[in-house]
Amino acid sequence: MRPPSPSIPEREFLFTSLKQSLRLDGRQLLEMRHPTITFGTELGWVECSLGKTRVVAAIDAKMVKPPPERPYEGTITIHSEISPMASPEYEPGRTSDEEVTITRMLDKVLRRSDAVDKESLCVLAGQRVWHLRLTVHCLADAGNMLDCACLAGIIALKHFRRPEVEVIGDEVTVHPPTERAPLPLSLHHTPLCLTFAFFPESSSKTATSTSSTKTTTVLDPSLLESQLATGFLHVALNAQRELCVVQKAGGVPLTEDEILPLIKDVAVTRVRELDRIVESRLKEDWEGRKTFVEVR
Amino acid sequence: MASRIEILNDGGFRSDGRKQYELRDISIDLSSQSSADGSASVSHGLTQVVVSVFGPREAKMRRETIHDRANINVEVNVAPFSAGERRRRGRGDKRILEFASTIKSTFEPVIQTTLYPRSQIDIYVQILQQDGGVLQACINATTLALASAGIPLLDFVCAVTGGVHSTSPLLDLTTLEENDIPHVTVAVMPRTGKVTLVTMETRLHVDRFEDIFRVACEAGKVIHKEMRAAVKERTGALVAAMGAAPRVAGAGAEAGERDVVMDERIDDY
Repeated sequence: MRPPSPSIPEREFLFTSLKQSLRLDGRQLLEMRHPTITFGTELGWVECSLGKTRVVAAIDAKMVKPPPERPYEGTITIHSEISPMASPEYEPGRTSDEEVTITRMLDKVLRRSDAVDKESLCVLAGQRVWHLRLTVHCLADAGNMLDCACLAGIIALKHFRRPEVEVIGDEVTVHPPTERAPLPLSLHHTPLCLTFAFFPESSSKTATSTSSTKTTTVLDPSLLESQLATGFLHVALNAQRELCVVQKAGGVPLTEDEILPLIKDVAVTRVRELDRIVESRLKEDWEGRKTFVEVR
Repeated sequence: MASRIEILNDGGFRSDGRKQYELRDISIDLSSQSSADGSASVSHGLTQVVVSVFGPREAKMRRETIHDRANINVEVNVAPFSAGERRRRGRGDKRILEFASTIKSTFEPVIQTTLYPRSQIDIYVQILQQDGGVLQACINATTLALASAGIPLLDFVCAVTGGVHSTSPLLDLTTLEENDIPHVTVAVMPRTGKVTLVTMETRLHVDRFEDIFRVACEAGKVIHKEMRAAVKERTGALVAAMGAAPRVAGAGAEAGERDVVMDERIDDY
């Protein structure tokens, strides 16, 4: 059964308020929800929420034999799932469009952008490398699960500590965390993802005119906004102003001058703020843990 | 991985002999498949893609019909012999599913689906050879296949890839270049100059991105010219074939007039 789409009064209400630059939850048009980051007892377990959207990410590491074509690099696999409790739309076992988008974006943002230094995961070339497994579970969908999932993923990678390994000749000894302090992963950069949603100015259902209809842009759409948006722009970048992923797949066509300022100005400043928030939360968590276990 | 082949040498030539902003040879073949309502085979240099369009026709599955619009279904098949290494990709492969959903969401606002409620338009994409710019070729071929099927579109959708090799922007990349430099695929609608699709998966600085983005949007218009010429030629051939049918009294003069009107209409696009 296809889930019911938003009713006409809801749609009219949303479009009218957006025309007046009002959002239903009181935010500014380009304002993000403040992320709430909670760490679990285990290193590498993170729960991230943007408003009511919640995503949990956890990292697991084990040593494996590397594939013969890449003997000097570790491997990362990302497993993402949208739990049916996220929303009545998702059923277990059936891959919805949204799930494919999230899986592919996570893959692009965290793996293809080379966030983790894979060569540092090599223990014994050709024989033993670390295999990291990142599991992302989307628990609640109140719009923009994608950004939440990418945020949870990258924070989990920053939070995780792998056991220290000593290599003498061909012998590999793994020291448990109780013996020697575990080491952080070496990350090249911290990619963070932002989603913009677009709505056309004209509320007519058949927008057949190609006249200049100004589009309203909204950052971090809520559930209703994502269901009614006519286009999305996903941008992942790091605090050094490097773009990792840009994805605008179809949706309402925009001019270059509408897209570029969003990327160049808005995204860059938001990512800087987000980066600061993430760093401060990680530091806070470390101060708390230092009393129990020595960490680096 | 350092490349042993120069991407752009001092003389301004790339590894295949092109200049910085030069596009590869485009060859377009319309209506190559007679069983489909519309089809197009497009090659950008060595990248070759065939797209067949069926529709609008009755939807196969009742629950996928939408009451006021046509449903667009895109299926992508990558031939195992298309890339350097023979590799069979299953239909559930996430990368291919993403490809298909990208093409679908690119064309959803462009096809006038409100004219065909409760029906389905099927777009089958077959990738025969991959040498960089596969998404670009698929989008161009889909536009042409839809046009050859007579499905009303708001505008052409023209796609082109671009990359940056340490501050110099390049257009229309081959596999060699795509593996080495950050690249972006951009699809524009030439009449308004608006952008429908932007995808980038490699790391690139924001300022470099702006340069290549603007250049790629301009390049889309060049591709539009080629596509327009191909459509015009095909339509001209069809009209001439109709005109060459045995003439009935009175119909001869009308056929001649129709040709003139047809030419004028095509020029508008």
